[in-house]
Amino acid sequence: MPTLIDRRLDGKNKSAVNRQRFIRRFKNQLKKAVNEAMNGRSITDMDSGEKVSIPTRDISEPIFSHGQGGKREVVHPGNKEFVKGDRVARPRGGRGSGSGGGQASNSGSGEDEFVFQLSREEFLELFFEDLELPNLVKTQLAKANEFKAVRAGVSTAGIPPNIDVVRSLKSALARRIALSAPYASRLRGKQEELRKLLEEVEDEDDPRLVALREEITHLQARMRAVPFIDTIDLRYANRVLQPQPTTQAVMFCLMDVSGSMDKTRKDLAKRFFTLLYLFLQRNYERIDVVFIRHHTVAKEVDEEEFFYSRETGGTVVSSALIMMRDIIRDRYPVSSWNIYAAQASDGDNWHHDSPSCRDILMNQIMNLVRYFAYIEITPDRHQSLWEVYEEVKKAHPQFAMRQIDGPADIYPVFRDLFKRRTA
Amino acid sequence: MTHRVISESSEWTFPLLERYEKIIGGIAADYGLDTYANQIEIITAEQMMDAYSSVGMPIGYNHWSYGKQFLQVEQNYKRGQMGLAYEIVINSDPCIAYLMEENTTAMQALVIAHASYGHNSFFKGNYLFRTWTSADAIIDYLVFARNYVAECEERYGQEAVELLMDSCHALMNYGVDRYKRPSPLSIDEEQRRQREREEYLQFQINDLWRTVPTKDNPPTLESQRRFPTEPQENLLYFIEKNAPLLEPWQREIVRIVRKLAQYFYPQRQTQVMNEGWATFWHYTLLNELYDQGYVTDGFMIEFLQSHTSVVFQPTFDSPYYSGINPYALGFSMMSDIRRICEHPDNEDRYWFPDMAGSDWKQTLDFAMRNFKDESFIAQFLSPKVIRDFKLFTVLDDDTDEKLEISAIHDESGYRKVRQALADQYNLGSREPNIQVYNVDYRGDRSLTLQHAIYNRKPLSDSASEVLKHLHRLWGFTVRLETLDEQGHRELVAECP
Repeated sequence: MPTLIDRRLDGKNKSAVNRQRFIRRFKNQLKKAVNEAMNGRSITDMDSGEKVSIPTRDISEPIFSHGQGGKREVVHPGNKEFVKGDRVARPRGGRGSGSGGGQASNSGSGEDEFVFQLSREEFLELFFEDLELPNLVKTQLAKANEFKAVRAGVSTAGIPPNIDVVRSLKSALARRIALSAPYASRLRGKQEELRKLLEEVEDEDDPRLVALREEITHLQARMRAVPFIDTIDLRYANRVLQPQPTTQAVMFCLMDVSGSMDKTRKDLAKRFFTLLYLFLQRNYERIDVVFIRHHTVAKEVDEEEFFYSRETGGTVVSSALIMMRDIIRDRYPVSSWNIYAAQASDGDNWHHDSPSCRDILMNQIMNLVRYFAYIEITPDRHQSLWEVYEEVKKAHPQFAMRQIDGPADIYPVFRDLFKRRTA
Repeated sequence: MTHRVISESSEWTFPLLERYEKIIGGIAADYGLDTYANQIEIITAEQMMDAYSSVGMPIGYNHWSYGKQFLQVEQNYKRGQMGLAYEIVINSDPCIAYLMEENTTAMQALVIAHASYGHNSFFKGNYLFRTWTSADAIIDYLVFARNYVAECEERYGQEAVELLMDSCHALMNYGVDRYKRPSPLSIDEEQRRQREREEYLQFQINDLWRTVPTKDNPPTLESQRRFPTEPQENLLYFIEKNAPLLEPWQREIVRIVRKLAQYFYPQRQTQVMNEGWATFWHYTLLNELYDQGYVTDGFMIEFLQSHTSVVFQPTFDSPYYSGINPYALGFSMMSDIRRICEHPDNEDRYWFPDMAGSDWKQTLDFAMRNFKDESFIAQFLSPKVIRDFKLFTVLDDDTDEKLEISAIHDESGYRKVRQALADQYNLGSREPNIQVYNVDYRGDRSLTLQHAIYNRKPLSDSASEVLKHLHRLWGFTVRLETLDEQGHRELVAECP
């Protein structure tokens, strides 16, 4: 008798362990592929899985085998015109390894890349490997100051709006049954007695009969006196407050759009912002992005305008900082938002404005934000803004600044900015 | 007649499968097929991909290379570059066959006939499988291996085990005894002996490497004596027993890989026969099913459609050509043996005087039991099959700028084609002949391999990579020498 077994409900991911091992083992190659993929195309659509390829030679498992050359005789099917002794030229390219070897012919055309699909998670995991949001864990676990009321069974005390009607009536019913039980059994006894007595005596005014009837009326009254509902019956839905980690973040993108910021610089800035966004996305359920661009005056804009419109004129950085401060005050209370800011600039600023930038940052902004990252996109030497920001950096550990020069610098800068704090 | 029809729908159910199995089994018994008990398991496509990447085994130790294989299969499958097999069958007792749930009723009947009766009887009957594998113990051994490897990973770290595994896998094809009968595996035995080995082995190794000088040894003769005294073909076995620096657990892992290699060795040698046998029987059994009125015309058309695509042989100049299709060749040869027995003509009487007119079931059974691909082709490839396939041989000599057609399907070519094709399936000539030649156990402890060149075929470039793996196992210098057909010895690679 055969055994038929339905295995379909068994786990299907038997190979998951081996897959993970493969990824772990070729992490270096995969990371290279991931980085290349990142450079090769627009960052905005990086938020999906990625097809990566690694050179086959890196992952091949060598075995002893014959190489080309020597003398070999191979049998093929489908002879059409050959006769014994025919001499034909060696086939080139396309099919076959030149030896006409049957086994080799398919692989001969050269699959020299091992291509496979990384899931989005695996991709980002590699991309953000050992990066971590600074101070994030601390905030989420220790300093949670948002609460949410969650149901936690029923209780006997509470406020009227929380009365649980069904449960209250249930306990009232139970109480009524319990309290009237002794009267009920006595009543049943008396009624039985009365029935028997009525069979014996004809006289309606027999004193025994009267007494019995009185007693029955009395018992019935006692039973009616048990209250329908009492305060001890009341049940209230119980709610407790649970601390709620803040899972939303707002990210401020600040950028100088004065005439000196050209297309390539904006492009660099865009990459930086996008990366920060992707990273925040991994840690927060909800992220708001606020784009503030500025030249001499600041303006809140949408993404399109932020990156693609051009302005001319001078530069007053403090205008953007003031605007950011105001927006935080109006729309993003610190108690419920994690605030991140990223500023990109070419370092130009109106000379007299720099000290006020420092003051606004140090006194009004830095104590609100989780992190403030500043990148200066310039190959030149630093100007006044850099110098005052260095003071800010000394005073606040959550302030980071970096100078970048070309697209190649972005990724290292990014890693460096958010590298895992070991302490 | 139609009242016997088992089912008309293409949707299968478990009771239906059971009925098909029973009836096919009955017919198979009438034909005299001797099989292990059957265990049929229904799996999904994903599970099939899992099974693929673990070389078809239901359980295996974890290793990244299986992950790589899985990714490859998954990728190809998702891109539509390949379909999945309808079935996978495992040489075990009971014989486990995996059927995909996507198959239609006809396909399920086909794979039951193919796997559960075709392959199953081959596993049970063929001499190679009988000699080299123990169907009743393999599952137990796999469990043992998996647990042992996992235990080692826990104890010595995943990385250490993985590197060792890599090295063993590189030499896996050289971990088989080609001629010596291996001892059968049994789980209790294996565990008991594994403990014993651990205790004694190290002791023996140390003895071999004893360096305390004994003075009354005339050094001249002794130093010329080689160790091993005769070249050893089983590299992994040699390493397991003689590598000086391996820990006991490492020796055990070498042994596990070696045992698995040995287990798969018969499969590599009987591709054409095994598939040909199974294909021949599903064809015969299902036709019988039809003749007896159990299945409908529609069933047969679906079955034949699938059968013909399995035995399709593209010609050498077709873009789909990737060598000779073992299903096609095997099926043709098996069918031809039956034809020669039942309806021999003069040519057959000349070529196969013993077979012509004999009982086909007995002849086929004899062929299945006592041959492997190489000898099967050398013995049974008939001129008719050569003509049907229009086989021809191409002589490729790198000293000649042109290829030469050395034989075609004509009177003077039959024997030559047959010999060449048989040789093509000879693992001995397909794989480089590499053996352990010498260990300098009085000197630097270096290990020398010898590659005996045949037909001037060189080793591929990966050889030096394999040497690195060998070096990891051996721990001291390893060398690779070639011995050409004129008897010249030359050092070709050395590691480190």
